Amino acid sequence: MSDSDQTNIIELENVDKFFGGFQALKNISLTVKKGERVVVCGPSGSGKSTLIRCINRLEEHSSGKIVVNGHELTSAVKDIDAVRSEVGMVFQSFNLFPHLTVVKNLMLAPRLVRKSSKSEAHDMAMKYLERVKIPEQADKYPSQLSGGQQQRVAIARALCMNPLVMLFDEPTSALDPEMISEVLDVMVDLAEEGMTMIVVTHEMGFARKVADLVVFMDQGEIVESNPPTTFFEAPASERTKLFLSQILTH
Amino acid sequence: MSFDFALIGDSIPKILMGIGLTFQLLVLSAVLGLALAIVLLLMRISGRWYLAAPTMVYIYIFRGTPILVQIFIIYYGLPQLEFVRDSIFWPILREAFGCAILALTLNTGAYVSEILRGGVLGVDRGLKEAGAALGLSATHRFIYITSPIAIRLALPAYSNDVISLMKSTALASTITLLDMMGIARTIVAETYAPYEIFISVMVIYLIITWIIQRSFGWMEKRMSRHVRSEA
Repeated sequence: MSDSDQTNIIELENVDKFFGGFQALKNISLTVKKGERVVVCGPSGSGKSTLIRCINRLEEHSSGKIVVNGHELTSAVKDIDAVRSEVGMVFQSFNLFPHLTVVKNLMLAPRLVRKSSKSEAHDMAMKYLERVKIPEQADKYPSQLSGGQQQRVAIARALCMNPLVMLFDEPTSALDPEMISEVLDVMVDLAEEGMTMIVVTHEMGFARKVADLVVFMDQGEIVESNPPTTFFEAPASERTKLFLSQILTH
Repeated sequence: MSFDFALIGDSIPKILMGIGLTFQLLVLSAVLGLALAIVLLLMRISGRWYLAAPTMVYIYIFRGTPILVQIFIIYYGLPQLEFVRDSIFWPILREAFGCAILALTLNTGAYVSEILRGGVLGVDRGLKEAGAALGLSATHRFIYITSPIAIRLALPAYSNDVISLMKSTALASTITLLDMMGIARTIVAETYAPYEIFISVMVIYLIITWIIQRSFGWMEKRMSRHVRSEA
């Protein structure tokens, strides 16, 4: 453990990220405590996906400090796989393994990483499939499921690792409109059970309902971060006001 | 000119006596070539230049020269070298069969490693990221995610290479081996009837090609079960 407060699951301090000459993240600092729900929003290209991809080191930050559950992420971090196994992630494009059935998608990581027995992994997979309300799809292949069902499987797959925190990278952006609510419902349930979550999304209804903190990013910077009531009722920055007027007028 | 059907009837059974050797050449060099291809692939995608660079040179040489030349260099050239004659490989390289297997293996290995690399490169990056995000090690990701998908992607091109390898086995007849083509050439030398004999051997090769194609087609179908959507 570092000298940080033990209830801080994620700490970012002055994080910069460059892609070649382009600066995707500028001096980002953010702390997420156990049980907190943070919603990150902002225009496309603002760096919000890059931000959460740095938290499980799918992208390596260029400078600054990222601490996940007491482990600082550096190029020397020996057990990045162990850190990642504590951090669940849900992707915009689901990324289910197409050659495995739904239940085997869920069993793969517990079997290989947690060394669970086949029956343990299977029981856990079925438990989480029931939680996302599609146990009857267990033996189908991902391509036989609707987008909403696939994303719920992806959430269940991440939950099977009993993560300390869940990262959502625009989980509903690739979905047909009628499937968005089934995925959001699952996410609201998770939030109500106390899961620590960082959610990149444009679903402002979700943000109002569950977020403890709404973070607005633009051009790689955190412009504003406030509880939802303040954020929506009294945005401090002009850029936030403009963004909200653009997405809320419809 | 007349076409001697009786001669075809007589020579097909004789040519088929070489099918065992043709299959030995095909199966042995396909299996050894696949093993070589996997080693080359792992070196090529290792991200270490001192492993990747030699494989690129190797692949360039073996894809860039005629297999007939490769067979001749191994069969006529290697025995000239004293250290080859003194080595433990001499019992194999002394035989035309060993030389043919070596040449076919080295050649197909170069092609197949590139075919497999195409498959690996075709695997969606998001799937590897999903594996990484779940905490799977790089080795586990390669074995359980990348490989099965890459194999499915590479299968059509691989089946082409197996057919091409099967046809290349006929070149073994140029270094005294009596495979189907070797026998056919012997019969032609005795009967002076190239037309009938070579058409017979062609028909047999076509049938083998058909069997290979059908087998791979069946495998592709089996491995694509997950792609067929019920919706």
